[in-house]
Amino acid sequence: MRSTRIAVYGLVTLLACIYLMPLLVVVLNSLRSTPDIFRNGMIGLPHGLEFSNFTEAWSGLCIAEHCTGIRGYMFNSMMMTLPATVISTFFGALLGYAISLWRFRGDMWVFGIITLGVFLPEQMKLVPWVLVLRDLGLYNTVAGLVLIHVIQGLSFTTLFCRNYYVGIPQELMKAAKIDGAGFFRIFWRIVLPLSPPILIVTVIWQFTGIWNEYLYGVTFASGDHQPVTAALIALAVTVSEAPKYGVQSAAVLIAAAPTLFVYLAGGKYFMRGLTAGAVK
Amino acid sequence: MKAARRSPGEVLPLLAIWVPVLVSILYVVGFTLYTVWIAFTPSTLLPEYGWVGLKNYVAILHTRNWNIAAANIVVYSVCFLALTTFLGLLLAVLLDQKLRGENVFRTIFLYPLAVSFVVTGVVWGWLLNPGIGIQKVVVGLGWTDFRFDWLVDRDRALYCIVLAGAWQASGFAMALFLAGLRSVDADLMKAAQIDGAGPLRTYRRVVLPTIWPIFIAVFVILLQFAIKTFDLAVALTGGGPGISTVLPSMVVYDFMFQRGLLGRGSAAAVLQLLMLVAVLVPYGVFRRWQTLKAARNA
Amino acid sequence: MAALRIRDLHKRFGPVEVLKGIDLEIDSGDFTVLVGPSGCGKSTLLNIIAGLEKASSGDVEIGEAVVNDIQPKDRDIAMVFQSYALYPTMTVRQNITFGMECRRVPKARQDEAVDRVAKLLQIEPLLARKPGQLSGGQRQRVAMGRALVRDPKLFLFDEPLSNLDAKLRVEMRMEIKQLHARIGSTIVYVTHDQIEAMTMATRIAVMHQGSVQQFADPDTIYNRPANLFVARFMGAPPMNTVTARLEGGPDGPVAVVGQGADAIRLPAPAAVGPDWLRRPVILGIRPECIAEPTRYFSEDPAATMTISAPVELTEPTGAETIVVLRLGGEKVLGRVAPDVRMPTGAVGRFAVDTRKICLFDPTTERLIA
Repeated sequence: MRSTRIAVYGLVTLLACIYLMPLLVVVLNSLRSTPDIFRNGMIGLPHGLEFSNFTEAWSGLCIAEHCTGIRGYMFNSMMMTLPATVISTFFGALLGYAISLWRFRGDMWVFGIITLGVFLPEQMKLVPWVLVLRDLGLYNTVAGLVLIHVIQGLSFTTLFCRNYYVGIPQELMKAAKIDGAGFFRIFWRIVLPLSPPILIVTVIWQFTGIWNEYLYGVTFASGDHQPVTAALIALAVTVSEAPKYGVQSAAVLIAAAPTLFVYLAGGKYFMRGLTAGAVK
Repeated sequence: MKAARRSPGEVLPLLAIWVPVLVSILYVVGFTLYTVWIAFTPSTLLPEYGWVGLKNYVAILHTRNWNIAAANIVVYSVCFLALTTFLGLLLAVLLDQKLRGENVFRTIFLYPLAVSFVVTGVVWGWLLNPGIGIQKVVVGLGWTDFRFDWLVDRDRALYCIVLAGAWQASGFAMALFLAGLRSVDADLMKAAQIDGAGPLRTYRRVVLPTIWPIFIAVFVILLQFAIKTFDLAVALTGGGPGISTVLPSMVVYDFMFQRGLLGRGSAAAVLQLLMLVAVLVPYGVFRRWQTLKAARNA
Repeated sequence: MAALRIRDLHKRFGPVEVLKGIDLEIDSGDFTVLVGPSGCGKSTLLNIIAGLEKASSGDVEIGEAVVNDIQPKDRDIAMVFQSYALYPTMTVRQNITFGMECRRVPKARQDEAVDRVAKLLQIEPLLARKPGQLSGGQRQRVAMGRALVRDPKLFLFDEPLSNLDAKLRVEMRMEIKQLHARIGSTIVYVTHDQIEAMTMATRIAVMHQGSVQQFADPDTIYNRPANLFVARFMGAPPMNTVTARLEGGPDGPVAVVGQGADAIRLPAPAAVGPDWLRRPVILGIRPECIAEPTRYFSEDPAATMTISAPVELTEPTGAETIVVLRLGGEKVLGRVAPDVRMPTGAVGRFAVDTRKICLFDPTTERLIA
């Protein structure tokens, strides 16, 4: 039995090392000089710490002919992700509440159709979005991307919140109706105060998903309006002739930092979101 | 129903419900139908109103890009599904052993999920690059014959995407499996123990058979991820070497925005949707059957 | 004055009719219990009275006004739920004042009302707590406080005691009864527990399969059940029902249970019509009407009759002993004093209270006499 335990721990530790390796490599390389990486490969310990990689990645790196680093793209991503996360979560909560607790004629149909949006490939929606954004004058703007992610995100947030709210007893709704509370009062005073667990899950999920999204970002924004995911791809293409792996690693690390931070800060809720959204 | 006299207090909730609902339905149904329709038109750079029947589909099915992509998506999906499920199940069973530091391990196996496909693709691109990545390091350690150059091998580059994809998604499979394992009645495990079953037999004969619905859920979710794969391949191989690793999603994008053939791109998108439908509709039917069965037994 | 009147109320869920024409008239100050097995429609009826569900047809009147199309909040009712339905994120005080807050009652009057109710229910120390920090009994009190504070025309209780343990349930039962006696409000109370119905109600409506089987005071319900369902549903153990034949006798009609040597002849109620003679009937007799032979049920010696019957089994409960005996071949239960030893497997003697015998029509199952 003892030897089995040791084998289990050994295997788990080995796997953990393999899963950690890419992150470790990026962290180490972000501190190494480009010649060092060329000479010794991607995997190796730094000889001295090159913090200059970060400053260059942040504000000096050339991406598609703009030599201002990824600063602007990070800003775009933030300006896209934060409002889209908040707005889509709010409306998801409202719709989830209406579908699960307020109930209305055809609510199950509405729910079914909205959840279908979770599965639809983004490619199916590209052409209509082109037209909608053009007509609204939002093409190549961050606001356009916010709109896309709010509407796209509604499917996820409604699904999450509805699945959580069905656990709230109907008797609570009855009591509130007899107490004289209406649709919005019940939402504000009873449902929202019960919601922090699911709101945290939804916010984490939306933040991660929107921050990491690439296809819409590259299709509906160009040049210095793009989010950071698109910039990373552009960067990989730009520097392919004369790679600067150290600086690029720093850029990758900066780009991945917000979602990694959110994950580490709310890991418990992240896991709960996965299982809640998927199994139901 | 009687004709309803509605006070302002009743109208506002209706607005709050139905405006987002209608937007969502328009988005899900309207956008899909629009793309389906565009696929029947001769649209190129801009949507055009005309009818060409199945011409776009026929054209797509005769392009080399699409045929390679269709073959690739089958191979990719099968390999990705097999590797990710295997890793996910392995990790879940290992973590189910009441390990010390379980939370730390779980955090490690799940963090790739918080990282974007783009970052995953870029970083694995470096690791799998024979000139600077794993091969170079192993060679540098003295094993000079070592070759790990799949990324630049036309026949093997696709498996690099599988590797990176599995690294990213196996934590997800693990989370679902672990939730399933934890939901198995503890008395069942005790009964198996008293019956004299060892740990392996307990898992194989008692635990895993009771969580088979989770397997189906994991398969379906991973499969629809696989069919939609885009960013990861763009970042990791860009479809190369040559066009050996193009995927359907990339063909759609290529037709729509690189070649400016919206009609054909839409047809490719519809074909991609049909693949999803082929996965999701049977699953939907299966779920329905399951709930009906549960309702009948209750 | 009728506080609540229900007229020909129907409720259909698709093809299933769960309420099949309910007519009830409840007087002001009555404590009415709707009792019946699960699925009989009692909770649906209560929800319709509250306005939480819509009837398919029929009228609900509260205080002489038809309220069919009136929102629950405007019906001047309060409700106590089975799960208590306390708002988990609010304190006890906020739970109690939420209804007044929704109606924009001034803060000072809210506080006054809370103080009054908290004192009445002795929950003053709990006002600052959240429902999660309360015991089951305390939650029950808060739920009642929330209803009482509004001083409505009608109180609705939906199985409010079924989530409490047995001991607490008995205590709360008495408290609710005392409360009703003190404030004299009109209460409609739903339960599946016939003991709750008997102990608390001033009027009981026994429901089964979507209709009211009998609507009367507890004494009538218990002693003169309108049909076999009510006879068997009310009382634990339930009323014994055995087949019998009616015959004429010198002192009035006689019900003969069993045949040949085992036959037992019991005096039937005089009110039974002559056309029932020589016909089969169902005879109902409560277990407590079959007791040890030394018992006298009334001053009138004619009320008590002594019989012999084989004893099959005895179940001592401490306060009394339940006896399983054969009455003319049919199995019935009797209740004897705990200190009486009954000879299991042999013939015992019993006193029977003949005044409480009921007769039912075997086809319609209705009470004949």
